[in-house]
Amino acid sequence: MNLAILIPLLPFLGFLINGLGFRRIPKAAVGLIGTGAVLGSFAIVLSLFSGFTGTAQVVPVYDWFTVGDFNVSFGFQIDQLSLLMMLIITGIGSLIHLYSIGYMHHDEGFGKFFAFLNLFVFFMLLLVMGSNYLVMFIGWEGVGLCSYLLIGFWNKNPEYGYAARKAFVMNRIGDLGFLIGIFLIVARFGSLEFASVFPAAAQLQTGDAGLFWITFCLFIGAMGKSAQIPLYTWLPDAMAGPTPVSALIHAATMVTAGIYMIVRSNVLYTLAPETLHIIGWVALATALLAASIGLFQNDIKKVLAYSTVSQLGYMFMGLGMGAYTSGFFHVMTHAFFKALLFLGAGSVIHAMSDEQDIRYMGGLRKKLPITFTTFLLGTIAISGIPPFAGFFSKDEILAHVYEHSPLMWGLAVFGSMMTAFYMFRLLFLTFFGEFRGTHEQEHHLHESPLTMTLPLMVLAVLSVIGGFFNVPEILGGTAKLEQFLDPIYQYARQANPEAFAGVHLDHSTEFMLMGVSVAGAVISIIAAWVIYISRKSVPAPDEQVSGLQQVIYRKYYIDELYDAVFVKPIQALSRFFYSVVDKGGIDRFGVEGVGRFVKGLANEFRLLQTGATGFYVLMMVTGIAVILVYSLRSLIFG
Amino acid sequence: MPILTTLIFLPLLGAIGLLCLPDSARPVFRWVTLVLCALHLALSSWLWLSFDKQLIGYQFTETFDWITLTLGQFGVISIDYALGVDGLSLPMVWLTSLVMLVGAVSSFEIKTKEKAYFSLYLLLTGTVVGCFVALDLFLFFLFFEFMLLPMYFLVGLWGGPRREYASLKFFLYTLAGSVFILLVMIALYLSAVDPAETALSVGLVKDRAMITDQVLDQVHLAISQLQVDPAQLVHTFDLRYLSDPANYVPESLLSTMAGHEIFGMSARLLAFALLFIGFAVKLPMVPLHTWLPDAHVEAPTPISVVLAGILLKIGGYGFFRIAYELFPDGAVYFAAWIAGLGVLSIVYGAFNALSQNDLKRMIAYSSVSHMGFVLLGLAALTPEGANAAIYQLFSHGILSPMLFLVAGVIYERTHDRSIDGYRGLATPMPSYAAWTAVAFFASLGLPGFSGFIGEFFSLMGAFNSTYVPVWMVVAGGFGLVLGAGYFLWTFQRVFLGKTWTMHDTSVLTDLTFREKAMLVPLGLLSLAFGILPGTLFSITEGYVMEFLKKF
Repeated sequence: MNLAILIPLLPFLGFLINGLGFRRIPKAAVGLIGTGAVLGSFAIVLSLFSGFTGTAQVVPVYDWFTVGDFNVSFGFQIDQLSLLMMLIITGIGSLIHLYSIGYMHHDEGFGKFFAFLNLFVFFMLLLVMGSNYLVMFIGWEGVGLCSYLLIGFWNKNPEYGYAARKAFVMNRIGDLGFLIGIFLIVARFGSLEFASVFPAAAQLQTGDAGLFWITFCLFIGAMGKSAQIPLYTWLPDAMAGPTPVSALIHAATMVTAGIYMIVRSNVLYTLAPETLHIIGWVALATALLAASIGLFQNDIKKVLAYSTVSQLGYMFMGLGMGAYTSGFFHVMTHAFFKALLFLGAGSVIHAMSDEQDIRYMGGLRKKLPITFTTFLLGTIAISGIPPFAGFFSKDEILAHVYEHSPLMWGLAVFGSMMTAFYMFRLLFLTFFGEFRGTHEQEHHLHESPLTMTLPLMVLAVLSVIGGFFNVPEILGGTAKLEQFLDPIYQYARQANPEAFAGVHLDHSTEFMLMGVSVAGAVISIIAAWVIYISRKSVPAPDEQVSGLQQVIYRKYYIDELYDAVFVKPIQALSRFFYSVVDKGGIDRFGVEGVGRFVKGLANEFRLLQTGATGFYVLMMVTGIAVILVYSLRSLIFG
Repeated sequence: MPILTTLIFLPLLGAIGLLCLPDSARPVFRWVTLVLCALHLALSSWLWLSFDKQLIGYQFTETFDWITLTLGQFGVISIDYALGVDGLSLPMVWLTSLVMLVGAVSSFEIKTKEKAYFSLYLLLTGTVVGCFVALDLFLFFLFFEFMLLPMYFLVGLWGGPRREYASLKFFLYTLAGSVFILLVMIALYLSAVDPAETALSVGLVKDRAMITDQVLDQVHLAISQLQVDPAQLVHTFDLRYLSDPANYVPESLLSTMAGHEIFGMSARLLAFALLFIGFAVKLPMVPLHTWLPDAHVEAPTPISVVLAGILLKIGGYGFFRIAYELFPDGAVYFAAWIAGLGVLSIVYGAFNALSQNDLKRMIAYSSVSHMGFVLLGLAALTPEGANAAIYQLFSHGILSPMLFLVAGVIYERTHDRSIDGYRGLATPMPSYAAWTAVAFFASLGLPGFSGFIGEFFSLMGAFNSTYVPVWMVVAGGFGLVLGAGYFLWTFQRVFLGKTWTMHDTSVLTDLTFREKAMLVPLGLLSLAFGILPGTLFSITEGYVMEFLKKF
């Protein structure tokens, strides 16, 4: 048996053990099993990674089924892209499992939580390891299920149940796009296997109409899972789940599935420049919209959530430029620093006795030194300050954007300035100044246990050095990631070599671009410093917010808009169909109408049965007369 | 004893046996039923395992002359007791055994008039199996009609407050559908002949054993040249003969050659349409579906289980076996319309499910929606679509019993099925919440469960079909989104949030062993068929390939 099969199998076993026996297994064992399963997978991934020769390999698991001439096998694709994703999922996954041991310690659903978390890792691994689109789709929907279960984990709160359903249904809309994309692929290529679709696609022309629809439908799927306009509103609400879930699912892994899918299908996208164009603009709009909402949010997790939506926008922006590696690089670095920030936020919430509003925090750096230090590093990384991880990945994307369109670049830089501002606003309000919470909370403040701080420290290190995986040549690096991932673009390169010519900017322009974005970030940081440290201002209570700020704080009323435009009309329509069409129309007039008609007719005819002999004789004679006249009509009427 | 006859008559004899037991034996009625149903499942499992997937055509066939009447100028009427299974009927037979067993377990809650109830229940089992294995249209129709009798009483006597209305509506609706089928049966009888019997009757051969393909060809030739005296023609209801156009007398009403018209419409197309309507009532298809929600709401839980699990499947089965196999030209002609009606059922059913407050009514409308996928897959006339239609019938046969059992669990405790009557049931009843979640997610088409396979391939089959416009597939796919909407909305309202109910909370006990014994195996089966769809596809594949050759 191939070792690769064990990678998803271990978390699945963990799910079975903890899921079936969560009431009987002691907590210590639950944590050990849950974390151990993912750690075991990580070890196997590492060994596969180190022994990887550079040639992609398909590991067949079993022949799934055949319908007509259409055969689907269940197999795993082991190549550069899936290996990196597996490293992220199992690596960060292990850290977050470890963290959860401490974070969820007091929760009565401890075992259930670990079971769901393991199940998520299983499906996420299927998603990235699948050797065809159908296995990917199974993972895709499977992670959606786990997301649902974990968002609604604290199901006694009705709001959380609502958020969970919203996430699932909104994802379903995207999944419908994915599904139709799959149908289009089958109709066009007769297979769903990557190994047969991609070489066949490489023979096609750039701008092929069929490919446009395929890539566009797949992108709709990506919009849902990776929270792009218009399907992004579920992600901020998804923060209802326990914080480790937000870190793992709604920041580091699941939400990047859309990017993974597009990078995986790079040959299709390279041949569909119109789709790339659409992706670029959707991504830019998402990045800016989400960043602007993030400016005024007061819930520590909501800020991070909007930041995630915005950063996902940057990743898609990279893809939209055809710079797949840059987009993917940002997936990696973002996984490091955003997981770190969420876990840090979790540590804060833990210390604050479940308080999430930053208006009631402040001055936490003394009480939570490790959390503060690591959170600071994460904040610097996301703000794009060199030489931290975020700088390299974001800068690469920005360079590609500039080459494509300086206007888009300008907007993207503006977005990254907002990023630096809201992140430092968050940092300052949380960790600096005076404590603004209750005495009880203050009394309770404590640094988290080692199971929680250890993952923070590891992720902090990665956030600092993560950028060095792909230092561009201009900065004296060798673009290792670029070279490593190169083979997965083989078919795309073959089909359209120009798309892979790289950045054509001269060095001075590139340095200028970097300088501008770094300067922008620094200006934002200074602005945040002035407002929240020097002037010590604290965001106003909800009811005092007004004007434009109110509009932004209320997330531009998009949720209300969707409710009015989609949810309410669908509900009204469903009531109309039931009470008017079904009950009123079909049943009342159709079915019961027939009944009434027959009954009425019978009632009339019944009157003829009078029982009076004279009447019967009369009717008989009349009848005979009529028949006689009819038979002799030719004689009578000539 | 031949296996198929056993499968029909074992429950029928059981029904008679129960009637002979004294009333004092009351506690054993349900156990007798349970044991017989378990035995039934064991036998049909044996049938499944012994079925040869490589063979084309019917297996385990049994044929006996039943009724032979000479009608002078109208020829000779020959009705056979003919049974057999193929890749289409085998899964349905097995499903019948399974659902009847589950229903038998669920019937333990019946506390009144047990003798009558369990006799009727066994009678129902026998007639349903008869429907699926009959190879003679007359025999099929007999079982098809006979089934109404036990159903009418099971809903009408053991049902809820509006049971009379519901059972009468169900009865009349289905009977009206049957009239259409009966009309076509008569036309078929006048049009088709049994070539083997005709060879004997005209004296071409002396003995049945001497009949070869050559002889049959001779008969066909003679018939086609009108050389046979009509009085010597042996008419038949055997589906194997009816599905071969060569057996139709030229100039007869339903001959492919004659092109007769009735009211300006081709007689064959009209016949197809009538059969289609007849079975569409049973499926049910929008707008012929309104009997279903009423029947479900009023029926006791086990009867809902059987109704959704098995009886609806006869509609789908009838499409394949009778409407499509006998009139492939009609199927092609109306393909786009059928697909459209399928999509209408999917979307309209889903919308209606969304607005329900009665748990059972919600599930009933979800059944309408799910059966729409059968129509869509069938209309496509592609291998994926046809296989998926059968798969969807099978999968829904596993999942809908689960859904109705879920509704039954809460109804038994509080006698209230209103969705807004509960909140936060997950806290007092965690296992119940968990298995409801399994049933709901499996039903809304989560990959890994059987529902996904049926819906995915129905849509894909329709997408690849030349008969179905793409917009219909997209609209049908929208049904998946709505499906997630109504199932999860219901789940959220009933199970999530703070526990609240207007009933005494002490009755909100978690699943009993008996309830788990029904829900757990069904959930696991759905999972197994979702992960290993080949188990079923390998059975249906051969049938579908033969089936599609007609088009």
